[in-house]
Amino acid sequence: MTKSLISRRNFLRQSGGMVTAGAALGALPGLVAAMDNVTVGFIYVGPRQDYGWNQSHWDAAKKVAAIDGVTVVEQENVPETAEVEKVIQSMIELDGARVIFGTSFGYWDSLKKMALQYPDVLFTHIGAIWKEGDPANVIGYRGYTEEAHYLCGIAAGRMSKTGKIGFIGSKPLYFIYNNCNGFVLGAQSVNPEMTCNVVITGDWNNPVKEAETTNSLIDQGCDVIIANVDSPKVSVETAEARGVYTCGYHSDLSALAPNGFLTGAEWNWASGVEFVEAFVAGDSYPNLKRGGFKEDMVAISPFGDAVPQEVRDEVLAAKQGFIDDTLKLYKGPLEDNKGNVILEEGEVIENTDTPFKLGVDWFVKGTTG
Amino acid sequence: MEGTDISWWSVLIAVIGGAIRVSTPYLFVSLGETITEKSGRVNLGLEGVLVMGAMSGYATAVLTGEPWLGVLVAGCAGALLSLVHALVCNLPRVNDIAVGIALFIFGTGLAFFLGKPFINPSAPRLPDIDLGWWSASPQVQSALKINMLFVIGFVLALGLAWALKTTRWGLVLRTVGDSEEAAQALGYNIARVRTLGTVAGGFLSGVGGSYLSLYYPGTWNEGLSSGQGLMAVALVIFARWDPIRCFYASLLFGGATALGPALQTVGITANYYLYGAAPYFLTLALLIYSSSPKRALEGAPGEVSINR
Repeated sequence: MTKSLISRRNFLRQSGGMVTAGAALGALPGLVAAMDNVTVGFIYVGPRQDYGWNQSHWDAAKKVAAIDGVTVVEQENVPETAEVEKVIQSMIELDGARVIFGTSFGYWDSLKKMALQYPDVLFTHIGAIWKEGDPANVIGYRGYTEEAHYLCGIAAGRMSKTGKIGFIGSKPLYFIYNNCNGFVLGAQSVNPEMTCNVVITGDWNNPVKEAETTNSLIDQGCDVIIANVDSPKVSVETAEARGVYTCGYHSDLSALAPNGFLTGAEWNWASGVEFVEAFVAGDSYPNLKRGGFKEDMVAISPFGDAVPQEVRDEVLAAKQGFIDDTLKLYKGPLEDNKGNVILEEGEVIENTDTPFKLGVDWFVKGTTG
Repeated sequence: MEGTDISWWSVLIAVIGGAIRVSTPYLFVSLGETITEKSGRVNLGLEGVLVMGAMSGYATAVLTGEPWLGVLVAGCAGALLSLVHALVCNLPRVNDIAVGIALFIFGTGLAFFLGKPFINPSAPRLPDIDLGWWSASPQVQSALKINMLFVIGFVLALGLAWALKTTRWGLVLRTVGDSEEAAQALGYNIARVRTLGTVAGGFLSGVGGSYLSLYYPGTWNEGLSSGQGLMAVALVIFARWDPIRCFYASLLFGGATALGPALQTVGITANYYLYGAAPYFLTLALLIYSSSPKRALEGAPGEVSINR
């Protein structure tokens, strides 16, 4: 190795131990001094303009960067491995970051580990799986996108001619189950006979597999497709080319499918701005923030031209129901697709019942997959 | 479940359709690598070349609105990148495997860097040829929507097999690849033949990349290739440097990729990670099979460094 390679890595190797030891001592004065000019680090798992997940966080990053005295540093394509710890280290020690936004679910363990190592740095994670006992300088926040999927489902249920809709999931995680259930329950709320085929691709981002899956679902007769992958762009474009309807996810994809786009489930990560503002001002912040339409943490995309006015009205009425808290996503009687009774007649799960939603590892009745 | 036999039928259709849709990049890269290896060199950088081709083709199509121009530019970008490999390997005592790995990383990195502005815009796609008009079933119609590049790839495989066997330049290429001494004795310029072989291979791989970005799945982002370029190199060994076998092997790999999603849509969800890994598992299994100590690698060019 030549001398010219003394970059971040060598610097880290040599200074890491020292800084870690000094962090506890230096934390308080450092904190006060850093307040004038806070550097915030955003770490993305893919490219930030992907028409999808990463783009929704990039939108938040731009809002954070607009706060006075805040500088944003970003790194894209950081895998969910020990790599993210190196990126966090270099953001903190070389760029002086005081807040780290870890915008991928699989960063969780690394974020917790680094939070113990750097107690004066604020970490945010988008899984909202923070619980009592986890480091206090970690925030989990996340919107209930299942509510937005419910609205997509209403549009899908009204527009589908075959009575079959398709859901593409990336990984079998609780929020994918919830989103799918929201989509199916929404569709069944307007047409109880609706069924849904589910395919889990196993990857956040694998365009060939997503295109193949979309084609397979359409071949099975599904005529509304929604893809819960990092970038639904491929799926939306493939479905548009095949002449079926699609719903978006993460950000606004309406431009990609002028004929078949119905609406889409979007995030509103702007709450991240509140955390940075509270941190800069030295105020307290919540460790866990969850919310749906009521808390303005999710949104739906503009309707596509294909959606008639009465369907739009129906969708918007349901949205108002979530805002007023009169509409509940999970209510009895409810069965899963294996015939197990989940909720008895009359049982209702509050929309904010996070522990219940974290435990969802089943699909509702009418779902194949 | 009702209609089970229809579902199995549709799995078959989906696998056949998937084989046609997914196989083209494998086909082009493996044909390109066949030419390169027949000249006595291994270019492991074709994954980088493929990604670079995908990016440059997509970028050209976005900027000009002409997808076919994108295919041409993708080929030229691939040829240019492979020219670097060829020229470096022409230097004495340079290991082509090591250069190939460097080119792999360089090509993908360069494509990611230059491709940033093109992740968001949509490019026009290459047109289909509709061969399913005779069928009333939309599944069959969709499975038989064939891209021109697939047809070109098929014709190219036939042409290449013929040319390698019967034409003069095919013979020169094989001589250089099989025995440097013999080629030297016959007075051929070995470096030039290998440079041309590598550049031609790079051109085809670049075209293969443009299929990914301009037709199927028809987008550009940094996760576009899931190792197609690397698997195609392995596929060449399995196909024993035979262009026709490359065609069959590519179809097999394409079908393996389509299997997982097709099974899941009909409700067979157990072990989907295993189905998802099918193409990679197939690569491994085939390499193990074809590297049996009891059989020599028939058809392997004598000068290719894996055989020396």
